[in-house]
Amino acid sequence: MSLTPQDISRIANLARLELQPEEQARMLSKINDFFGIVEQIRAVDTTGVVPMAHPVDAMPGSQIELRLRPDVASEPNQRDLNQRSAPAVERGLFLVPKVIE
Amino acid sequence: MTTLHNMSVAELAHALQTKQVSAVEVATAFLARAGGNPHNTFLDIDSEVTLAQAQASDVRIAAGTAGALEGVPIAHKDVFVTRDFATTAGSKILSGYRSPFDATVVHKLGGAGMVTLGKLNCDEFAMGSANENSAYGAVTNPWNTTRIPGGSSGGSAAAVAARLTPAATGTDTGGSIRQPASFCGITGIKPTYGRASRYGMIAYASSLDQAGPMARSAEDCALLLSAMCGPDVDRDATSLDVPAENFSAKLGDSLAGLRIGIPKEFFGDGLATDVRTAIDAALKTLEAQGAKLVPITLPRTELAIPVYYIIAPAEASSNLSRFDGVKFGHRAKDYTDLVSMYKKTRAEGFGEEVKRRIMTGAYVLSHGYYDAYYLQAQKIRRMIADDFQRAFAECDVIAGPVAPTVAWKLGNNASDPLADYLADIFTLPASLAGLPGMSMPVGFGENHLPVGMQLIGNYLQEARLLNVAHQYQLNTDFHNAKPEGV
Repeated sequence: MSLTPQDISRIANLARLELQPEEQARMLSKINDFFGIVEQIRAVDTTGVVPMAHPVDAMPGSQIELRLRPDVASEPNQRDLNQRSAPAVERGLFLVPKVIE
Repeated sequence: MTTLHNMSVAELAHALQTKQVSAVEVATAFLARAGGNPHNTFLDIDSEVTLAQAQASDVRIAAGTAGALEGVPIAHKDVFVTRDFATTAGSKILSGYRSPFDATVVHKLGGAGMVTLGKLNCDEFAMGSANENSAYGAVTNPWNTTRIPGGSSGGSAAAVAARLTPAATGTDTGGSIRQPASFCGITGIKPTYGRASRYGMIAYASSLDQAGPMARSAEDCALLLSAMCGPDVDRDATSLDVPAENFSAKLGDSLAGLRIGIPKEFFGDGLATDVRTAIDAALKTLEAQGAKLVPITLPRTELAIPVYYIIAPAEASSNLSRFDGVKFGHRAKDYTDLVSMYKKTRAEGFGEEVKRRIMTGAYVLSHGYYDAYYLQAQKIRRMIADDFQRAFAECDVIAGPVAPTVAWKLGNNASDPLADYLADIFTLPASLAGLPGMSMPVGFGENHLPVGMQLIGNYLQEARLLNVAHQYQLNTDFHNAKPEGV
């Protein structure tokens, strides 16, 4: 199976990446190279196999459990430190382009 | 006393605790070596910060409150966030980023008294096998500067090999500690998934990423790993709730009767002759030390490549959505609206390989392809993990090559990313299963380039791996070999 230029445009939009035309072409060719080795997985019989999302799930005697901690503030307020690397901040708020007219 | 930069972590710790040398003297010596940034290993150095940490170490040594590794220098892979150094993950999109906190691993090593020398170059967001995907330039291999150091922890491996630091942190998602350790002739271990906290480790593929130490010997790695690991259950939801362990405790155990599994799939046609010769010789040494070689099979080894390169990019496409030009890092200058700001910011900030993995990940997760690719990959991932459990019924540890060849030439695979993916074949299976794995130097291949042997253990068996490597290193000298001019 091969991806098409339309697939690349569609995924680039989903992934919020602006690709230049020559970049699109190279992306298509490299991703299709990769899908050349992916096809072998479709031939594997996985009937009855439970998907493994996480390694802890494979450790004998271990199981994934969602841990809960008390619902209390555990981190100090570091707003200034958290915002010092932000591209645009005003009065302690992150600035973004206007979303609602 | 040996020259400071040739001393091991264990030797430096001892010299510092017995006041033969001060932490400031040690830090000064290593900062001087890093001057001019040999091999393009460091991405950030701040001698004021380092010397202040060293002074604090000297105060604790004088007061008798020294930590286990007090005053010993370390440098961190740039995917660990640090309060006092810039953190970029090798990406332009995080240029100039300063974290408000230290990663748990950084914090724990600092708590043991270690002094930070700076931040080390790596493939962008740890995506790569050659360290050529860094936005800040490639790293060169200290054994031969026309060769890659391996990746993604290439800066870490090269810095240790060139004696710019006695120890470094690395991260391993599909082999990123083991493979550069092998290519640079040093020792590195990736512990069981969940042993070391991922808090403050910039995420690439969350179900695979794991931190570990890189140093010259198994003895040093055991000291470092003991300081790095331990539960961090409030801050890392996948941290194993398993008590911290003294990984040095079993280093002295005999190898008599040890069953070493030899997976036939690791010794097929794809394995270069020079690598095979070095691995076979090392296996003979281990046999002479009392170990027994047991043939085993890991039948889905080759499938690990497509499975990994579906699962890791899928997770990456989700993890890297946070880099959107809003809360940190780069933002494009010209845009028309919010979506255009996202798209241009990410287009400018990410390198080609990172974009490719985000795209692949978004594709395999998208409607109509999820079952055929992502879910199918997760099912085969379970079969690969089960294969290991069958193998460990027959053996105690598994041994084989880390990579099919020695370090290749810089630029060799520049137009063929798939070639880099295929070279990850022997490290990917243990990563997918979440098993501990390590690399130890076992000789040299073509052009006098280092060869590493991979040791894979069952879950939580790091002490066993380190024991095997240490016993081997007591009988061999490859871990003490130095590149020319070092």
